[in-house]
Amino acid sequence: MTSPAIERGEVRSLILGYGLALLFTLLAFGMVVLHVLTGRQAFYAVLGLGLVQMLVHFHFFLHIDLRRNSWPDLQLLVFSAMIIALMVGGTLVVLFNLHVRMM
Amino acid sequence: MTGAPPGPVLSHAGLNLDHATREEAEQVESDVFGFWVFLMSDAVVFALLFALFGTSLEATAGGPDLAGVVKLGPAFIETMLLLTSSFTFGMSSLALKRGSQPRLLQRFRPAVLWLLLTWMLGVAFLGMEVNDFATMAQHGATADRSFFLSAFTVLVGTHGLHVLTGVIWLPVLLLQLAGGGLDRPLKVNMIRLSLFWHFLDIVWIAIFSVVYLQGALR
Repeated sequence: MTSPAIERGEVRSLILGYGLALLFTLLAFGMVVLHVLTGRQAFYAVLGLGLVQMLVHFHFFLHIDLRRNSWPDLQLLVFSAMIIALMVGGTLVVLFNLHVRMM
Repeated sequence: MTGAPPGPVLSHAGLNLDHATREEAEQVESDVFGFWVFLMSDAVVFALLFALFGTSLEATAGGPDLAGVVKLGPAFIETMLLLTSSFTFGMSSLALKRGSQPRLLQRFRPAVLWLLLTWMLGVAFLGMEVNDFATMAQHGATADRSFFLSAFTVLVGTHGLHVLTGVIWLPVLLLQLAGGGLDRPLKVNMIRLSLFWHFLDIVWIAIFSVVYLQGALR
């Protein structure tokens, strides 16, 4: 069912994903260890790199893409991401606000 | 892709179903989707543990804070172990797909070797994590010390327990493979385990970013 050309392509895509994931991991750790940025900026940069690396993992390891047959998975993912953003964002806003008011 | 058969094509973890009928393929598709639903509900659990952790950072009760408990060196090695294990699991999924050797052992040897390597990486990760917690405990940083340390332990520990589940699950599937060959239920379970394993690596990205790197930045 699979031709050698397709097989090679799949292995290459997996290796590419691994390489990209390594790159973003090294960037994030390297930036912190070498003090390229400091404070809040550094933290936001780390979060951004982490988010991009997650997308790399979803694409190359979990095979989520914009093709039609992964649409149900993609919809589920986007819905879950929305729920998570609402709950985590809401928790942080409410509790930090409370923290400030009680100081 | 031209010439692809109509109907569902399993692209998830790269396992194909040789000679499957359309109904069988649809059944597998829906089984795997069910596991995705579980994973996403698990993601919500982790997300709320992250929220808990985020609100606990100042609540150290005079005990060790985040910068005091986080060690970047071991965290980096753990990250590499888990990332590499995700890659080797991907390689085993691809190896499972192919192989035209008539004899079972020859056919699945590459896949089994990749899976064993994945398992060893998972065990090494767990060993390092247990060592981290032991080191913390020696310095009095146990879960009962403060709200912060409780949240830290629950967040990192829940991930560790998930990895432990995978480390137990993998040999069970290998035994089934050795016993009965790769039948359809086992293929579906292999897909589930691979999704689970890749998912845990994604959760770890959030952990090393929010817990370890944030700790090093403080």
